This record gives sequence, C-alpha cells and structure tokens, in this order.
Amino acid sequence: MIRSEILKEIAPILRDQLVVCNIGIPSQELHAIDDQPTNFYMLGTMGLASSIGLGLALAQPKPVIVIDGDGSVLTNLGTLPTIGNNVADNYILMIIDNGSYGSTGDQPTYTGKKTDLAGMARAAGCENVVEVQDVDTGKALTAALESGKMTVMIVKCDSGNAKNPVITMDPVVIRDRFMKAVSA
Amino acid sequence: MSIDKKITEDLVNAGISFVTTVPCKQLAGVIDEIDQHPDIFHIPSNKEDEGMGLCAGAWMGGKRPAIIMQNTAIGVTINTLATLIQYYRMPLPMLISYRGELREPVACQVEMAVYTKALLAQMNIPTYHFHKQADAEELPMILDYTFMCNKPVAILTDANFWGGYGDQ
Ligand SMILES: Cc1ncc(C[n+]2csc(CCOP(=O)(O)OP(=O)(O)O)c2C)c(N)n1
Ligand SMILES: [Mg+2]
Repeated sequence: MIRSEILKEIAPILRDQLVVCNIGIPSQELHAIDDQPTNFYMLGTMGLASSIGLGLALAQPKPVIVIDGDGSVLTNLGTLPTIGNNVADNYILMIIDNGSYGSTGDQPTYTGKKTDLAGMARAAGCENVVEVQDVDTGKALTAALESGKMTVMIVKCDSGNAKNPVITMDPVVIRDRFMKAVSA
Repeated sequence: MSIDKKITEDLVNAGISFVTTVPCKQLAGVIDEIDQHPDIFHIPSNKEDEGMGLCAGAWMGGKRPAIIMQNTAIGVTINTLATLIQYYRMPLPMLISYRGELREPVACQVEMAVYTKALLAQMNIPTYHFHKQADAEELPMILDYTFMCNKPVAILTDANFWGGYGDQ
C-alpha cells in the first residue's frame, strides 16, 4: 500500500481526533480524503510535525495523532529523545515509513536502506514502539488510542503519491479552526 | 544534452567529486544524474547543515564538494555558513532550487523566496540567478570562481529555468 491508501483506510479513525500532518503530499492527501478542522496541515516547515504534536499533547488532554514521514523524522532526529523523555500518554507519533522523500519525487532515505527507525526510537527512550505493516495500520492505531499510552508507530509501506491539488486554505485559517477544535 | 546532464558534466569538469543533496521536486532530475555518475560520490544528507559539514570535511580531505538543496535551506544553514564555511574560508558551490518564484504552485514557498536574496546578500555570498537555461552557460565559470575565492557561492535556479512544475 502507498501512503494515500493508508490514509483513506484510517480516515474514519482520524476524523474526530486532533491530527498534525506532515508537510507536502501527506497533507494534500489527508486534506483531499477528509478535510477536518481537527487537522493541522503543515504547509512549509519540514521536520517539525512530531514536535508540534508533542507540544500540543503536553499542553492539553485530548489525544494527538501526528502523521509524520521518515524523511522528516530523520531531518529532526533530536525529536526522538525529546519524545522519549517527555512522556505524554495522549500522544501518538505515526511515522509513515515509505523509505523515501515522497513529496519531492521518491528519492530514497536511509530508512529504505540500513536505518531502523523503530530501533532508533527505542534507543532514544520511547517505550511503546510498534512496527506495523501498512495493512495493519488501522488496527494498530485503534489499539494505540485505546492503550492510553504514548505510542510511536512505524508504518512500513510502499513509496508513491496520489495526485491531489495543493492546499490553498489560508494558514491562519488552518491554525484558527484547529485551535477552536482543540478547545471545543 | 538535458539540463540535468549538463549541470552534472559541469560539476565533474570542475573537479567536483563529492556531492551531498537534500531533495526538492525541481532537483529530482539532477539528483538522479549525480547519483548515477561514476565520477561523483553522492552522499544524501538528512538536513542541509549536516550536508555542509560533510562538504567541509571532504574539502579538507582533498575533494571538491558541492551541495544541492532548496532555498528554504538557507534558513537552516545560516549558522553553518557563517561559523564553518565562511569562518574557515572554504569553497562551497550551492546549487539551489529557487522555490516560491514565478509559476510556484505552493503559496508557502513564497515565504522563504522573499528572504532568499536578502539573506544571501546580508551574508556577502556571491549569488547567481539562473532564469533561463542559457544562463547555465556560466556554470563552469561560477564553479571556477568558487574554488578560486574559497567562498560559498549560491546558484539560484528558478521554475522558469527548470521548465515549470509539470501539471501542478
Ligand atoms: C529545509 C527543507 N529542505 C527540503 C525540503 C523539501 N521537502 C519537502 S517535503 C520533503 C520530503 C519529506 O519526506 P517524508 O517526511 O519522508 O514524507 P513522505 O512524503 O515520504 O511521506 C522534502 C525533502 C523542505 N521543505 N525544507
Ligand atoms: Mg517518506
């Protein structure tokens, strides 16, 4: 499965949750599949979805699901020790690990080679790290939500992108409706 | 010869044998060429300042390096440019996709585009802007110049240079 197929499958689970979504095509795909005020789309900064989500989870009680990417986590690798040492049990970091920089044309990242993100997350101090095959994402995400434990999911899938329009929503509108959804 | 091939040949002819990249959609073709070229060691980096560290080491180890990245990465690398590349007076050709210029489909990219030249100018980084493919005729000269003066040099390549963004 490719990222967009996974997102389509888990959209009903994501629908009522606070979601922080990775830059580029992942956000375009989520936006096209099921745009919700509870979605925060990262439009321009690479690597910070996990940090934004952790800050949000630490600041308020609702569950926060971050949809991140392998390339973005690798560019902000310091995020894993910070997550591991600042446990927020309402935080789920779901890294879509397609082994590539999807948005820029599927150039390989090191997770498609020898680098093991799950091992890195564990070594960084993250306690509940699960490796999931694409088809099992929905089950694993539901289990993570029900566990009430901070969870890092590494979702292994194929690289490839669906064709969707860019998000033209004003970033301040995205931020404002998201904040209203957070405090609702 | 495709522009991607021409750029790669120019790098090789300038003696560049060590290239680090962080991709941009506009750079996909040239990164492919570089990856396949037998005379270039291509080392993808996870972050652009990491890439500059790799280039600094390669330079001190006797290789001519280059970095290929997006202009958003100017924001990531200011400190490294000042305290490593410039402070130690090292040459570094930076082939940069100039996102957020004419034909850009993603509004957010404009935010760094409006800072790009100002930041480069503030840092006294020699800057060349390729707007048409004919502009790339100067690339060999720019590369020679870079290794003559031992400075970071920016080569901004905009969407018109690359022929737009396809159907997006
Ligand atoms: C500083 C910086 N460098 C490069 C980019 C270009 N860029 C945008 S998205 C992306 C790929 C992200 O890959 P990943 O997080 O694995 O997500 P995927 O699309 O594969 O799901 C890159 C390299 C950028 N936005 N910012
Ligand atoms: Mg990826």
